[in-house]
Amino acid sequence: MGPLHPVLAALEFHLVGYRRTWRGSVFSSFLLPLLTVLSFGVGVGRFVDGGVDGVSYLDWIVPGMIASTALQTAVAESTWPVLSRFEWIRAYHSQIATPLRVGDVLGGQVAFTLFRVLVNTSVFLAVAAAFGALRSPWALAALPAALLVGIAAALPTIAFSASVTREHFLILLYQFAIIPMTLFAGVFFPVDLLPEALRWLAYVSPLWHGVDLCRAATLGVAPDWSAAGHLLYLAGWVAVGWPVAHLRFRRRLIS
Amino acid sequence: MLSFILPRVAGLPGMARRSVSVMERNITALKSAYWFVFIAGLLEPLMYLLSIGVGVGALIGDLTLPDGKVVDYATFVAPAMLSSSVMTGALAETTYNFFSKMKYAKLYEGMLATPLRPIEIALGELGWAMLRGAVYSAAFLAIMVAMGMTTAPRALLAFPAALLAGLAFGALGMAFSTFMRSWEDFDLVGSVQFALFLFSGTFVPADVYPALLRWLIEVTPLYRVVHLVRGITMGEADPVVLIDVAYLLAALLLGLVIAGRRMSRLLYR
Repeated sequence: MGPLHPVLAALEFHLVGYRRTWRGSVFSSFLLPLLTVLSFGVGVGRFVDGGVDGVSYLDWIVPGMIASTALQTAVAESTWPVLSRFEWIRAYHSQIATPLRVGDVLGGQVAFTLFRVLVNTSVFLAVAAAFGALRSPWALAALPAALLVGIAAALPTIAFSASVTREHFLILLYQFAIIPMTLFAGVFFPVDLLPEALRWLAYVSPLWHGVDLCRAATLGVAPDWSAAGHLLYLAGWVAVGWPVAHLRFRRRLIS
Repeated sequence: MLSFILPRVAGLPGMARRSVSVMERNITALKSAYWFVFIAGLLEPLMYLLSIGVGVGALIGDLTLPDGKVVDYATFVAPAMLSSSVMTGALAETTYNFFSKMKYAKLYEGMLATPLRPIEIALGELGWAMLRGAVYSAAFLAIMVAMGMTTAPRALLAFPAALLAGLAFGALGMAFSTFMRSWEDFDLVGSVQFALFLFSGTFVPADVYPALLRWLIEVTPLYRVVHLVRGITMGEADPVVLIDVAYLLAALLLGLVIAGRRMSRLLYR
């Protein structure tokens, strides 16, 4: 394998495959969030008198959508593709038959997921800039924030997908975790509009932390909660997610 | 077209019985883990209603419609959420599930070894999609009445409208599925569905869009369903709802004819 790090070799596998399927994903992972911003930011925004927290609804919703796009891309790449690579295509089994170790196989999957999150959020950020929704030079910080949300969401999801054999569980994950998160974690309306008893559910979700960070970045205001706190919390999801995912991969690939 | 449908319709009792057996198979299959997914599907429109209708509604306050009527935002959004969930449910059942059963589980090839004919399989699957949609619609309408977004008599009237919508989308979905060759084509279904969801007068009245876009939206199926259902639940249906009903009936017929023919071609190879 020469000097190439094993994870890069595994990543190459994913990238080569993506060369064939990228066209399909352009529409769903980029155009759809864009359409959401248009429909909500411009359409619904027209009816939100006075904006939210001093900015127009469009400017307020865009950073939430950036974090949400990062989350959706990460989860989409970590559910069915992971399950299919274990169950139907058996791509991971082929990979492990090479000198790649479990950590490299997992690393390749995570690296590819991050690549997709990076591409989607960068394009979205560029479009947001074109709409004039970025109000501060700090806006570029939304990119690493989005990447962190992506990896924080990807690892536990990968661990979950690696531990099931049927796709019903993935549908349940979407219905009970992902969709509620995207609807109630402060993307479309401020979290403090939620009844106090339910607010903590939003605060526990990785998405809310990402939304607050991205919003602080694009609007150039202080986040609602401490930025360091957000970063530590998301890093916590990564720190727990990696070993669990690794264990799951190991159990399935090395019997 | 008539020479295709009439012989089938003439043999109705047998055909109906056989189609119902196809429907029953789905109900039996539900007893496995599938039921949990079924229940979960009830949650999605409710979550959208709470998040957008109530949450964003708190930011909007009351909505002033183009005709001057003032309405609470959640009341405006709720019928659109119902329509959209009927669409999503029907399409999911008749594209994704249908395609799996046809191509991978080879379920329909097994069924053809019995006296079943492709059109009856199509009708049975459509009946199942409608049944599932009926359960979701009834639950959502009950919630709407409980939350004061419509009255019970209007909800009762909206129910058959939702059924018709489910049938129309189901038939269109099945027809589309018979043309799909691989899973990548499904991205298109999901994307079109989502685009329709965003722009079919669901979150804002369609009047806010520029004229050309507005006319494009008016011919799309979800907008017609939203117009019909919202007209009923808000009690201000205008004669255009008759056009909505005609549109949906036409879509249903078209979908069934296409699906029936294509399935024969695909399964009798």
